[in-house]
Amino acid sequence: MTRPSLAVDLAGIRLKNPVLAASGTFGAGREASGFVDIARLGGLITKSMTLEPWKGKPTPRMCETPSGMLNAIGIQNRGVAHFISEDLPWLVRRKATVIASIAGNTVDEFAGVAARLAAAGGGIAGVEVNISCPNLEDRDNMFAHSEAATARVVSEVKRALPAVPLFAKLSPNVTSVGDIAAAAVAAGADGLSLINTVLGMAIDVNTRRPKLAGTVGGLSGPAIRPIAVRAVHEVHRAHPGVPIIGQGGISSAADALEMILAGATAVAVGTANFINPRSALEVAGGLSELMASHGAATVAELVGAVELVG
Amino acid sequence: MSASLVMGEVLSRKKQGEDYYSLTVVAPAVAESVAPGQFVNVRPVGRTAHILRRPFSVYRVHKQGGWASTFEIIFDIRGPGTEELAALDVHDKLDVMGPLGNGFRLPKKHSRCLLVGGGIGAAPLFFLAARLREAGHRIDVVLGARTSELLLNAMDARRLASICRITTEDGSAGDTGVVTDVLGPTIERCGSEVVYTCGPHAMLEAVAGVCGAAKLPVQVAVEELMACGFGVCMSCVIPLRVRRKKGGSGSGGVLYARSCTEGPVFDGSQVIWSDHIAAPDTIDLASELVPPPAAPPRAQHVPAGAGAEHSPPGN
Repeated sequence: MTRPSLAVDLAGIRLKNPVLAASGTFGAGREASGFVDIARLGGLITKSMTLEPWKGKPTPRMCETPSGMLNAIGIQNRGVAHFISEDLPWLVRRKATVIASIAGNTVDEFAGVAARLAAAGGGIAGVEVNISCPNLEDRDNMFAHSEAATARVVSEVKRALPAVPLFAKLSPNVTSVGDIAAAAVAAGADGLSLINTVLGMAIDVNTRRPKLAGTVGGLSGPAIRPIAVRAVHEVHRAHPGVPIIGQGGISSAADALEMILAGATAVAVGTANFINPRSALEVAGGLSELMASHGAATVAELVGAVELVG
Repeated sequence: MSASLVMGEVLSRKKQGEDYYSLTVVAPAVAESVAPGQFVNVRPVGRTAHILRRPFSVYRVHKQGGWASTFEIIFDIRGPGTEELAALDVHDKLDVMGPLGNGFRLPKKHSRCLLVGGGIGAAPLFFLAARLREAGHRIDVVLGARTSELLLNAMDARRLASICRITTEDGSAGDTGVVTDVLGPTIERCGSEVVYTCGPHAMLEAVAGVCGAAKLPVQVAVEELMACGFGVCMSCVIPLRVRRKKGGSGSGGVLYARSCTEGPVFDGSQVIWSDHIAAPDTIDLASELVPPPAAPPRAQHVPAGAGAEHSPPGN
């Protein structure tokens, strides 16, 4: 049998393989480029950028938990202007496939970032709208917790930046991720990113203080993979035509295949990049072998191919 | 970036005193290129419950040629990660990323260097001392810990130093007290021109305070929690007060610098110690800010080499 093809069509973006680096775990590629040729990645979803630079949260911002980690970084970033002037030209020179992740505290801020990216005139293959970061000031009003707020952000970003596919990054911390997904798609999302981190908290029992200065944070890593698989499965069943970037705890080819079988068209490796910045490439390599053992010639034929019993 | 991802092999594992463990690791790519103050981020192979690497500054290096050079780390058990490392055996594999960060900047001209270490945090100062000695600098040492058991390698410290002061909080060795109790007089007596320090946060702050009052350049190696160690997770940031770039307007600003990438060695006069926990509101990330020169312009001596490297410890 011929070697399986890893190429996928993700909402119109041609990816050489379906394994991307997840937002917030790969910067804008520079730091990891000492370890890996970023042109060989399926794609790179940038650290979320905001209209103005954000300072982020106080430290400690991170703690390890069983099979995972909690973070409350607060999207420290140098702003969209810095991305456009410094990072984007570098990424283009390195021939990376770039999905720009954008964030904001208001709908206008999201739209402003999108407008700047549109005015930059190319270089990005897509945009991921991070409406689900659990570390913003107004955690109780996370956009991705409300169908109406999700729809407002998505439609305004789409209006400002119509040229590239838009992926709405959704939160698992909701009663029905399917309902939020429906609102995002109706508002113009071309695809969905599932999932962002799971809200969590850890306490130092000696000091009785939270281990994060932000008190609560986002849980990531292998600990959350079953939550992500479930969310991808549910949303894919409800919206089979909507491409999904499945993410949450993927660190091996088998993890990636699991996410694809649940319904993901592509996957993103996140926390595993912290341990091994070559993770995404290694997952892609392993996926090719796994596909061969499944007798699959293309990734597409495995998407949502979980065989449910009963 | 010069860091490598390599599979090292444990050459020896030793228990030192009641609390410290050292691992000597064969990893030529790392050992041949690491500079004092830089760190490695390591992980035993095949363990899954604790996913993150653990960062350690390099304690010593033994160059044995291109195929057998080793580096040594030393640590105490602080949690499950260090527990696993302490249980490694000779010939076990160790996944190593490094060298990472910016190390200590060495003086360009002959200088009188004072090394101030606290507890296990003194580890990178021994590597630094070896390199300073090779370069012909004078070395003086202040080494402190809570008890004599927790003093790191006082024998080597005495051997390397022209003058060596020891302090313990319980008085079980040297002077009773903490390093800063003897720091001022030691600076005077040694005619120190540059101070290098590593240890607990509170000690670094106190040492930087004494050096600031004495108008002495001080390089501090900080230890911060980090997830990645190579600059992407943004966990290990530390607030720095930095001057505005030439030609810029205003008086400067505050910058969250990454301990793993811009550090772990920082100019002690730039670190905002008291606001370490509470994020300053005046932070200015928009402007391009650059740190002041490594060596403040003082007469008769050139302390730290400009534009070279710096680096950190950690667990």
